[in-house]
Amino acid sequence: MISLAGRDILHAWGKFAFTGLGLGLLIGVTLTMAGVYRGMVDDGKALLDNSGADLWVVQKDTLGPYAESSSVNDDVYRTILAMPGIARAANVTYLTMQVRGHDNDVRSMVVGIAPGKAGTTPGWPPYLVAGRQITRGHYEAVADIATGFKLGDRIAIRRNHYTVVGLTRRMVSASGDPMVFIPLKDAQEAQFLKDNDAIWQSRRRTEASPALNRPGVPGLLDAVIASQSTNPFVNAVLVTLKPGYEAEEVAASIRRWKRLTVYTRAQMEAILIGKLIATSARQIGMFLAILAVVSAAIVAFIIYTLTMDKIREIAVLKLIGTRNRTIAAMIMQQALALGIIGFVVGKISATFAAPLFPKYVLLMPVDSVASFGAVLLICVLASVVAIRIALGVDPAEAIGG
Amino acid sequence: MSGKGICIDGLKKRYGAGDTAVDALKHVDMRVGPGEVVGLIGPSGSGKSTLLKCLGAVIDPSAGRMVLGDEVIYDNGWKVRDLRALRRDKIGFVFQAPYLIPFLDVTDNVALLPMLAGVSNGESRAKALELLSALDVQHRARAMPSQLSGGEQQRVSIARGLVNRPPVILADEPTAPLDSERALAVIRILNEMARKFQTAIIVVTHDEKIIPTFKRIYHIRDGVTQEESGEGRGFG
Ligand SMILES: Nc1ncnc2c1ncn2[C@@H]1O[C@H](COP(=O)(O)OP(=O)(O)OP(=O)(O)O)[C@@H](O)[C@H]1O
Ligand SMILES: [Mg+2]
Repeated sequence: MISLAGRDILHAWGKFAFTGLGLGLLIGVTLTMAGVYRGMVDDGKALLDNSGADLWVVQKDTLGPYAESSSVNDDVYRTILAMPGIARAANVTYLTMQVRGHDNDVRSMVVGIAPGKAGTTPGWPPYLVAGRQITRGHYEAVADIATGFKLGDRIAIRRNHYTVVGLTRRMVSASGDPMVFIPLKDAQEAQFLKDNDAIWQSRRRTEASPALNRPGVPGLLDAVIASQSTNPFVNAVLVTLKPGYEAEEVAASIRRWKRLTVYTRAQMEAILIGKLIATSARQIGMFLAILAVVSAAIVAFIIYTLTMDKIREIAVLKLIGTRNRTIAAMIMQQALALGIIGFVVGKISATFAAPLFPKYVLLMPVDSVASFGAVLLICVLASVVAIRIALGVDPAEAIGG
Repeated sequence: MSGKGICIDGLKKRYGAGDTAVDALKHVDMRVGPGEVVGLIGPSGSGKSTLLKCLGAVIDPSAGRMVLGDEVIYDNGWKVRDLRALRRDKIGFVFQAPYLIPFLDVTDNVALLPMLAGVSNGESRAKALELLSALDVQHRARAMPSQLSGGEQQRVSIARGLVNRPPVILADEPTAPLDSERALAVIRILNEMARKFQTAIIVVTHDEKIIPTFKRIYHIRDGVTQEESGEGRGFG
């Protein structure tokens, strides 16, 4: 027996090719959407992995430092360091802002990292693709290459200028913004920094307050003003554990003694994926559902018209004794062929398009396999209408009146 | 190949029921011997197509008896279970329009029938080529139907009707789209095939120019058949 579906496809290959191409672009968009979601999850995981921390110590009862704002005193890390099981504890600040290069500004996450060295101090970029790590306490920066900054570039964060001394990669915030690392002190200042006028105003207000400007207490006013113009807060303390200690146990003891909220790596991941990107994930899920319906409608419509064009031939086929099964198989195989052409086109276009997206798009083989299954299922369902029509054709029609 | 050709006795067909019922066939008696080609003529609405559909097992008659070869296929009810197989194995159809499958080439249009009956592709194509040669279109064997002339298409469709060597061929106005020379050629071919394969052939026609070529003709009027045997008719 010859393949009726195959022969029909070869005969009308132009129609199949163009429909397959259109369907393929739609499937490509679907795969890319899935890739955008996977990329977001992967960005989140990269953020956690690259921070190098086992525990995140944040302001009590907050989901900080990524999903909510959190503020912790910058001396807390010392007392944490003294607790059993702690290998290292380092302050860190996160501030998402526009960082100005010489002719553009880039949305970045500015990370303030505590003095120390890469590989041991949590929060530091674990590897560089060019240049060196920060060695001085002020005005040096390491930027993710996605910022577009080059070694030696002068970048402006608030009122201070920094020199890019190193470049790193895959260091992004949970929303995919590339990171710029600067020394902790500078970052604390940047978070707090007000313009000169505001500083002057606040100083004038302090001087005018009789409670703070007491003639009998020399030095009080200066001390108050000094404390007002420094920022003793950081967003979180990143903690690494000594070998042999359970993250959950150490976290529990910090919670108990320091009255702070502590998250383990697994809890942090649950917060990022379950809370921070949950809305985006639902948004993408909606899109995927719509794309699936549109693809199904296209396949159904094309298979329907292809079948309607063949009603006369189908009547003849039935008259000369073709089984219903053979006719149904012909239509279903054509639908599946369309699906396969579409999937191949979609996979190729998604693979080529993914790197062009501004945020990370991660195409996972498991998604491809799942969408291939979904495409075939959609094609089978879409051919049902056409098959019902074909099976309803009366062979007597071939004889005519 | 077949014992007795076609034998129809007292066939009736009523469409619908009650007030709107139409008695399309009231009483049809017909005999067509193996190797014989008979004409079936009658005015529009007289029941010609209805008769072919009953005999072709695509609609159910209401009463009567039909015998193909030595098998009683209908006796106040179908006597064969698989009408689809009956059509495939016992009956060849030739239509007014050739109705070839546009996405199969000439050979496969013909070879499809034996393939559907489970014959291997190679053997089916060999059978098809044999018939295409008999009908003198073997040189177009690899062409697509759309590349053939009307007459060639009609010959291919005759080859398709004959390829399973059915004991019966039903032809509904097979010459309507052809000029008189080609129309006569088709009738000549049908006669040759009938003789060669001992097929019983019924040709429904309005076509004045081919009517004289039938040895026997059945007239049908208001669903009733009447045989007319012509003197001096015949072909070749
Ligand atoms: N499906 C049907 N339902 C009801 N009546 C029908 C149906 N098909 C045919 N008829 C009626 O049966 C009668 C015979 O029709 P049939 O098609 O057999 O005529 P015919 O001899 O083939 O005519 P023509 O030469 O015009 O093709 C007509 O009166 C027609 O209206
Ligand atoms: Mg008719």
